[in-house]
Amino acid sequence: MRFRLNEQDVELKVSPMARLLDVLREDCGLTGTKEGCGEGECGACTVLVDGEAVCSCLIPVAQVEGTEVTTIEGLGAEHPLQRAFMDEVGAQCGICTPGMILTATTLGRRPSLAKIRQGLAGNLCRCTGYEAIYRAIHAAS
Amino acid sequence: MRTATSSLDLLQPRSLGEALRMLRDEGPLTPIAGATDLYVAVNFGTLGSSRFLNLWALDSLRAISLRDDSLRIGALATYTAMIRSRLVRRRLPMLVSAAREVGGMQIQNRGTLGGNVANASPAGDALPVLAVAEAVVVLRSAKEERRIPFGQFYTGYRASVRRPDELIVAFEIPPLDGAQWFRKVGTRAAQAISKVVMAAVRGPRPRIALGSVAPTVIRLPHIEEALAGGAAIEDAVRLLDQDIQPIDDVRSTAAYRRDVASNLLRRFWVDTESAS
Amino acid sequence: MTNAVGRSVSRKDGIGKATGQARYADDLTFPGMLHGRTIRTTVACGQVAGVRLDFDPAGFTVVDHRDIPGRNVVALIADDQPCLVEREIRHAAEPVLLLAHESREALLGATVGLDEQPGTPIFDPEQSPTAFKTILIEKGDVTAGFSAADHIVEGTYRTGHQEHVYIEPQGVIAVPEDGGITVYGSIQCPFYAHRALAVVLGDTVSSVRVVQTETGGGFGGKEEYPSGIAAHAALLALKACRPVKLVYDRVEDMLATTKRHPSIVRHRTGLTRDGRLVAMDIEVILDGGAYTTLSPVVLSRGSIHAGGPYRCDNVRIAARAMFTNTPPNGAFRGFGAPQTQFAVEVHLERIAESLGLDPVRLRERNLLRAGDTTATGQKLGDDCAALEVLRTAVRRSSYRRKRKAYAGTGRGIGLAMYWHGSGFTGSGELKLASRATVEITPTGARVLTSSTEIGQGTRTMHAQIVADTLGVPYEQIEVATPDTSIVPDSGPTVASRTCMVVGRILQRAAEEVRRKLGDLTPIEYYQRHGPLSVTSQYEQPDWIEWDEVNYRGDAYAAYAWGCDVAEVELDPDTWEVRPLRVTVVNEIGRVIHPALARGQVEGGTAQGLGYALLERVAMQGGVMANAQLTNYIIPTTMDTPKLDVVMLEHPYAGGPFGAKGLGELPIDGPAPAVINAIRHLGLDVRAIPAIPETIREAACASG
Repeated sequence: MRFRLNEQDVELKVSPMARLLDVLREDCGLTGTKEGCGEGECGACTVLVDGEAVCSCLIPVAQVEGTEVTTIEGLGAEHPLQRAFMDEVGAQCGICTPGMILTATTLGRRPSLAKIRQGLAGNLCRCTGYEAIYRAIHAAS
Repeated sequence: MRTATSSLDLLQPRSLGEALRMLRDEGPLTPIAGATDLYVAVNFGTLGSSRFLNLWALDSLRAISLRDDSLRIGALATYTAMIRSRLVRRRLPMLVSAAREVGGMQIQNRGTLGGNVANASPAGDALPVLAVAEAVVVLRSAKEERRIPFGQFYTGYRASVRRPDELIVAFEIPPLDGAQWFRKVGTRAAQAISKVVMAAVRGPRPRIALGSVAPTVIRLPHIEEALAGGAAIEDAVRLLDQDIQPIDDVRSTAAYRRDVASNLLRRFWVDTESAS
Repeated sequence: MTNAVGRSVSRKDGIGKATGQARYADDLTFPGMLHGRTIRTTVACGQVAGVRLDFDPAGFTVVDHRDIPGRNVVALIADDQPCLVEREIRHAAEPVLLLAHESREALLGATVGLDEQPGTPIFDPEQSPTAFKTILIEKGDVTAGFSAADHIVEGTYRTGHQEHVYIEPQGVIAVPEDGGITVYGSIQCPFYAHRALAVVLGDTVSSVRVVQTETGGGFGGKEEYPSGIAAHAALLALKACRPVKLVYDRVEDMLATTKRHPSIVRHRTGLTRDGRLVAMDIEVILDGGAYTTLSPVVLSRGSIHAGGPYRCDNVRIAARAMFTNTPPNGAFRGFGAPQTQFAVEVHLERIAESLGLDPVRLRERNLLRAGDTTATGQKLGDDCAALEVLRTAVRRSSYRRKRKAYAGTGRGIGLAMYWHGSGFTGSGELKLASRATVEITPTGARVLTSSTEIGQGTRTMHAQIVADTLGVPYEQIEVATPDTSIVPDSGPTVASRTCMVVGRILQRAAEEVRRKLGDLTPIEYYQRHGPLSVTSQYEQPDWIEWDEVNYRGDAYAAYAWGCDVAEVELDPDTWEVRPLRVTVVNEIGRVIHPALARGQVEGGTAQGLGYALLERVAMQGGVMANAQLTNYIIPTTMDTPKLDVVMLEHPYAGGPFGAKGLGELPIDGPAPAVINAIRHLGLDVRAIPAIPETIREAACASG
C-alpha cells in the first residue's frame, strides 16, 4: 500500500488491519508517535491524516491509503509550537508532547483559551495541569 | 491484550455496489467505518469476528444533503462533518451538540453517524437525537433497500434489525417543529462515556429520548403522552419508572441515573418554556 | 551571585521531547530482540494448580519460578513478594509465567490455561488479621488533654485508591551482554532495580547494569514496581540468550501495578472554647494490598503528617498498614501524606462548623510557628511559613469576600493547609548515604547521579545548581544518563529529595571541584591537567536527632508549606462538582527554576483535583473493574480549572541555594480544599473521590 508520510511517498507491504501506530513506529521507524491507552482517550498517538488530528492506535493502516500522514517528525525541529513548548516548559515527561503539538497545529491562528481547551480535550497530560501547554500555544500564535 | 492483527482479513470494496456484493457473497463480514469503536476491541482483544469490510473509501456515503425536505446524512458522515455542516446546524442543532461531546477532536474526526448507530451501544451519544428526530434508517443490500423508522431499528441490547448482508447507508430526518434540547452527563467534562444522555424536542407533541438507562436508547412514551395532554412536568416525571430500567455498572448507579434523568426532564421543560 | 539558579533556563531535554526524538523504552530495539508477555492470576487468592500451554512452543521462551537462579523475591523491604508465583496466589494479576517470542503477533496469539483454585479473600483492611507495620506517635498526655477540653469533635474520613496514570505505561528491555545483564527501562530508581535483579539472578551473571530510558511520567508508580518487571525481562533474556522487551499495555498496567493506598482515618479532637487544639487522637488505617512493598514507609510519612501543620501539646497517632487480597499498593506522590492530610483538614472544617468558628481563624490560631514542636517533638526553624502561606492564600483568593458572596448560590469556596517533609524520614538519609559526582570535561562539566528525570526537571535543576556553584554557564553542564555502571548511588528519586538532598550533595561536590580548579575554568583545567572528578556523600545536618523506635525527634530536615483555596460550582441536576479556580500558595525555600517549579505545582494540583473528584478505582472481587482510561477518569483540559500559583521563598540553610523539596507538596492540598468548598455548599462529604453519585447521596442525606 502507498501513502504520503511527512511529505515523502512510502510504499509498504503490511497487513491491512495493522494499526497505523504500529506501522509508523515499527515499519517506518518513526517512534515519536506514542501509545498511551489503546482506546482513543489519551491522544498520545495523535497524527494528522490529510491535516486532521486522529488517533493512530484506532486506524487500520488500509484506511490511510492515498492520504497524507504527518507525524511529529514531519514538523522538523523549527516549528513555532515546538519552540514554544520548549520555552514555556509545555513538556515535562514529554510522552504526550508529540500528540499535543500535532493537535495544536490544527487549532488555527491565535486560538482563544476556550478553543484550546476544547481542542485539546482528547490529549491527556498527567504532568502539567495543562497550564504550561496553554502558555506555549499562546506564545506560538 | 491486543488482537494479532495479521490474522485478520480485510476486504476493500471501491464502490457501494461492490461492498454490498461482498457482504452477500463473502460474508459474514463486519463493516468498518471510522474504526473508533472497533479498534478499541482490537486493542483490548475483544473482537467478535476476524473478517472485515472497509467502508472508509466509499465517499458516496459521506454526503449531507436535503432531499424532499428531509435532511439526509450519509452513514459515513463524521461528527466533525456534522459539526461543520450548515444544514445540520440549521435543521438539527441538537445533533451538533451531541457531535461536539463525542470524544475528543481525534474521535470526532473519525467517528461516523452510521458507526455510532451500528455499534448499538445504549450509551451512543447521537442515538437519542435520532430517536426524537424520528429518523429513518436507510439500509441497503445487494437485493433491496429498506427504510426502517429509528424507533424500530433496535431489537435489544446491541441488537438491531440490520441483516448481515445489509449496510446502513444513510439517515433521513424529516422536518422537525419545536425547540431542540440535548444534554449528555458523562463521567467528566470532556470525552466521556455517558451515564445519562437525553435529547428532546418541545414541539406540538413533546418527544423525549434517553440513552444509558435501558438496554437500548429509548423514547419515553408515557411521559410524552402526559406532557402532550397538558400534565404538569412534576406529574410527568413521576411516570419515569414506567419507561426506564437503569442499572448499576462501573460508570454509575441506577439510583443516580434515575434521579439525573428526572432532573434533566425538569431542566428540559424549564429551558424550553418559551418555545411552548 | 547566581546566573542560572532562580531563572527559567531552557530544559536540557526540551528539544528531544518537542521533536519526538527522545527515546522511551518502547522506542528502542536491539538486534535479535524478542517481545515478552506476562501470564497472570485472575483470582484474588488461592493456589495455582496447573499451567497448560495451549500453543506450539516452537520459537517461544517460557519462564516460570523454577527458572529463577537466585531468590524468588522482588527485593525491597520485607522480601515477601515472589518474582513469580510458585503456588500461593495472594492477589489477582499476580505474575505466574513469562513468554517471549520474536514475533509480537505470535506472542499475542498464544493462549495459556491457568488452573486456579480460589480461596477466601480478605478485602476489608479493618477486618484483616495481618498488619505489615504499626506505628505509634505520642506527645504529651492525650487523656489529660481531653479532660481539659471544652469541646470534643470526632469524625471518620476515607480515601480511595488512586492510579498513577503516567501516560507512558511500564516497560523495560533486558539485554544479555558479556556474561552479564543490562536492563534499560522506564525506571524511577535504577539502583532499586539493580538490587532486585542481583537477588533474583544470584551469581549466574557476572554483572548487572540498569540504565534509565526517557521516562514518560512516574509519580511513584515507577519507584518500586519496575524492579519486578526488570527481573521478568532479565529471566526471559537470559533463558533465550537474546534481548527481551517487556512493555505493558494500559489495561495490564492498571490491573497489575501499584496504586495509592486507600485509607480510613479517625479523628477525635479536644478544643478549648476559643478553638485551641488541646488533644488530637488519630487512628490511621492504610490498605496495603497483598505484599509489604513500601507500605511501612508510606505509613510512616502518612502518620507523621496526620496531625496537619498544627501545634498541639497532646497528640496520639496510632497507625497501621494492613494486608488485603488486592494488588499491592505502593509509592505515589505524597506517600501517605495526602490521605492523612485530607482527613485532618476536612476534620478541621467540621470543627470550625460545629464550634461556629471562622475556618481561617481556627487555623491561624493553631498553625505551627517557628519554635513550635510537631507531633514527633521536632522544633521548627525560622523557615516555618505556615501562617504566611495561609494569609497569602486568603488574600490572593479573596476568600473572605467570596465566602460571603457564594453563600446560597451553588458555588462554594474552601481551603486547606498542608505541609510536606523533604527527603527520607528521620535517619533515612543517613542510612542511604547518597553520593553524587561532578567531573570536568573538555566542554565544561558533567553531573553524575542516579537521580532520574521523569518530567519534573531533574537534569535541568541539577545542572543549574552545579553551573552556579562552579561559576560557569549553564550550557556547559552536561547531565549523565542514570546508568548504574557509571553513576554513583544517589538514592532513589522519591520523597521530594532530588533537589534538596541530592542537589545539596552535588553543590558540595561542585564546591570541591571549584577549590581544585583554583583560578581556572573547567575547560582550561581540562586542557592543562586532564580529568578531574569529585564525588561527595550526604552529610546529615548536625542538629538532626531521630528515635526510630519511638518516632520522636526531627522527622525531616525541612518542611515545605502550602495552602490551597478551591472554588467549585455544583450542578444541581447532576451533582457534578466543577472546580472553577484553585489558588495555590507554596513555600519551598529557594525556587531554583521558576517555570519548572510552577509546572510541578500546577501538575500536582491537577492530579489532586482528579483524586478529589474523578478518580475512582472500582475494585470488584480484588480486581480493578474499570482498568481502562475510558472508565478510570483523569482530568482533561475541560476538567482542569484556572490555577493561580504563588511561590514564597524562605530559604532553608541545609538545601542548595536554600531550596527545600517540592515534588509531592502540591498533591496534599487539592482534595481537602475541594471537599471543604463542597461543605460550604452545605454538603457533608467525608470521602473521596467525591463523584456525583457520592454527592447525590450527601445531598439526599441533607434533605
